[in-house]
Amino acid sequence: MSEAQSPEHFSHHVRRYLYVFYALIFGTIVTVLASLIPFGSYSINIAVALFIACCKAFLVAGYFMHLISERKMIYGILAFTAFFFFGLMGLILWHFHDFPMHTVTH
Amino acid sequence: MDIPYTTQSRPDTGLYNAKLGIWLFLASEVMLFGALFSSYILLRVGAPPGFWPHGWLNVPVGTANTLVLITSSITTVLAWASLKMNNFGKFKFYHACTILFALTFVCIKSYEYHDKFVHYEVALNDNKFVDGHMKENHLKFENNAWTGYAVLNGHVVDNREELYDLKKHHHKGHEEIRVEGPQIKHLDNYGPWHNTYTAIYFTLTGLHALHVIGGALVIGFLWGPGSKMFKTDPERFTNRIEVSGLFWHFVDLVWIFLFPVLYLL
Repeated sequence: MSEAQSPEHFSHHVRRYLYVFYALIFGTIVTVLASLIPFGSYSINIAVALFIACCKAFLVAGYFMHLISERKMIYGILAFTAFFFFGLMGLILWHFHDFPMHTVTH
Repeated sequence: MDIPYTTQSRPDTGLYNAKLGIWLFLASEVMLFGALFSSYILLRVGAPPGFWPHGWLNVPVGTANTLVLITSSITTVLAWASLKMNNFGKFKFYHACTILFALTFVCIKSYEYHDKFVHYEVALNDNKFVDGHMKENHLKFENNAWTGYAVLNGHVVDNREELYDLKKHHHKGHEEIRVEGPQIKHLDNYGPWHNTYTAIYFTLTGLHALHVIGGALVIGFLWGPGSKMFKTDPERFTNRIEVSGLFWHFVDLVWIFLFPVLYLL
């Protein structure tokens, strides 16, 4: 976020922060209510909850952490982090059914 | 000699040094929690059918804690914005709120932990299970056998699987149950040793709670003795508040995923 901004500029920001706060509260309530709905498959419940969590995470990271208007250096750091994070998750899921010989499974 | 680039941006990075530092630290934190989340996925997917717990945690309490943490996030960002608008009084107010919310979060979490530590599953010799909160514990383990008695507030089930999916198996009406020592085959509480779910639950939420406590200590310092810097070097102090705020928002971000994963799904 650029450092040289007037106090008036920040009072405009404050209003935006409040809207984000209301959205986060709303998102939390929707997450709880959505978990009570039987979508037919449990996988859909998981997908819905994680989708709402991702939306909330975007609001926190984008507006409270100012990621929507950050320097390229930070985007670079986060791109590396995202690569390794999703790599970790991907490898875990990819190898899940790849059991060693003679493994006892349930 | 002054520390360089505490307020001005470095020409090569475009950032003041503390900001670059906190983002590198947060990147390492993403990988730390990422490793634990991947452990959670492995444990959950690898659990025998019917033996991954559902409904073990109190959703209203977890929801309240989520709202507390979200509110602490807005007070943190408002504290920083107040400094940007040269309003030190408002900064003090908002950050005092942040510290109070952090303490509230830790108190609620402690209550939840306590609830798990007094909650017992007792396997009986007749292959039934008593599940409930310990009211009186006069049990002793001597010569490989239980003696004495215990009183629990809970219910009895024939099949252990009924204790796992509480969304499917509603246990209406808890009653006081007296269990004699010689009836007991095995008992333990719902601490981290109970099963893989409680192990990963306590690991994830415990690590997160340590982050909350650490963040609250830093914010408490900057709110109290550390705030003197605002008089001598306001821009540097404002940057410190921004950096501590970035950490606090990250803590909030982790909880945004922990809450549905542990409490709702």
